[in-house]
Amino acid sequence: MESLSNRSKVVSNRKMNLWEKIYLPAVIIGLSVTIKHLFKKKVTIRFPEETRKFSDIYRGKHVLKRDDEGRERCTACGLCAIACPAEAIIMVAAERKPGEENLYREEKYAAIYEIDMIRCIFCGLCEEACPKEAIFLTKELVPSEYERERFKYGKDILLEPVDPGKRIDISKRQTKEVLEFKKDKSKRHNK
Amino acid sequence: MTIFIIYKVFLCSVILILSLLVAMYSTLIERKVAAFLQDRIGPDRAGPFGLLQPLADGIKLFFKEEFMPNTADKFLYILGPSLTMLIALLTSAVIPWSIPVIIGGKIYPLQVADINIGILYIFAIVSMGVYGIMIGGWASNNKYALLGAVRASSQMISYELAMGLSIISLAMMTGSLSLKDIVEQQQGFHWNIFYQPLAFLIFLVCAFAETNRSPFDLPECETELVGGYHTEYSSMKLGFYLFAEYVNMFVSGAIMATLFFGGYHFPFVDKLGLSNNTLAVVGFFILFTKITFFGFLFMWIRWTLPRFRFDQLMRLGWKALIPLAILNILITGIVILVR
Repeated sequence: MESLSNRSKVVSNRKMNLWEKIYLPAVIIGLSVTIKHLFKKKVTIRFPEETRKFSDIYRGKHVLKRDDEGRERCTACGLCAIACPAEAIIMVAAERKPGEENLYREEKYAAIYEIDMIRCIFCGLCEEACPKEAIFLTKELVPSEYERERFKYGKDILLEPVDPGKRIDISKRQTKEVLEFKKDKSKRHNK
Repeated sequence: MTIFIIYKVFLCSVILILSLLVAMYSTLIERKVAAFLQDRIGPDRAGPFGLLQPLADGIKLFFKEEFMPNTADKFLYILGPSLTMLIALLTSAVIPWSIPVIIGGKIYPLQVADINIGILYIFAIVSMGVYGIMIGGWASNNKYALLGAVRASSQMISYELAMGLSIISLAMMTGSLSLKDIVEQQQGFHWNIFYQPLAFLIFLVCAFAETNRSPFDLPECETELVGGYHTEYSSMKLGFYLFAEYVNMFVSGAIMATLFFGGYHFPFVDKLGLSNNTLAVVGFFILFTKITFFGFLFMWIRWTLPRFRFDQLMRLGWKALIPLAILNILITGIVILVR
């Protein structure tokens, strides 16, 4: 069979010659390999004092965004749930009642919006699919829990606070290219 | 006479404390070396650079629960680690640490006992080391411990032969068994390693096997035998076994430096024009540097080579090292005759 990676080696059972049998050359080669590591840069991060730097576009816990007036952006279209490869998103849509215009931006909203954090693989496809700029992944981590049920994050956890001072900054993930792409109405999913 | 006894007792206690201290810090250095060879930084929580780590380990070992299996032979169970530790410490008695110090016209040799059978003494003591392990493994009444002990005894006895034979060629060349004489003959740069490289190589390999260090750590291999001969040991008894290994490393490093690397001698010593006592101090540090190098070599090899298989170990000992040592004796004999 042809090799795909060119890294495979032919295994043979041939007898070792004298040079190999005295072991010492091989031992010295081994020692020279390890001594080089003595002077290499160490990879250890002394945790409490130092912390590993997060990437600017780290994909952690999700946030459901509100618009500038504090209204929920999500319209429960279900595109994120369809895009999700792990099928972690569940939602129930509801119609906006008169008098709730200050809560929901459009006539339809998600009454229940749940992400199962055990299923989620943090790929970011929900964010890519969302036509309303409503869901984003943040730098926050998902903490560990004692019970599986508690990993089902509802709107109470995911939704961003109304208070302008407590808004979650997602500008790092909302790049220019993403915005340009979403403006392009010729693409079917942006309509 | 009283001064003589007081001096000897003082010297004994200094060497005892020194070897214990070195063994203590060897545990830290071992972990540090292991870490650095694996691109890590090792223990650094206890004190600056982890310098208090050995102390913390010692305290931990002392306060651990003393557990003794109720089927164990109580007397032998305690005798095992004590014997191992005792024997490990005894060997350092004949090592000349430096040239004699002269204080007030009196000569104080920095060697506990300059006996004319120094090398024989070392072999006698080292070969007793196997008893500590054997007794400990047997008394635990545990199959892993017993297997480890049996392995240890067969390994140590096999490698002692090659070790002894490699030293015979050295004794033929130097014409003395006293370590003091052997060191004095190596003054300047006439180190024995240049005249007896093969003997040194055999001695080095055997030293690894005698101290049960990797790649000859079959008696205590964690992967197959749980812990080998000290499986059932806990608390400071376990500490003694682990500690004795480091004391052995220190002492065998000292013996190798003494026999093959000129002990406390270093080249160009007469050009420095130092006084006798300064020279003694410098010589001591020179010897210590050499021992440190061997200690590092022990660790370096441990974190490089995988463990031997048991049949490979036996084949290397009986079919390679012993014939080589005999060949070396033969060559040395011919060279001495021809010269």
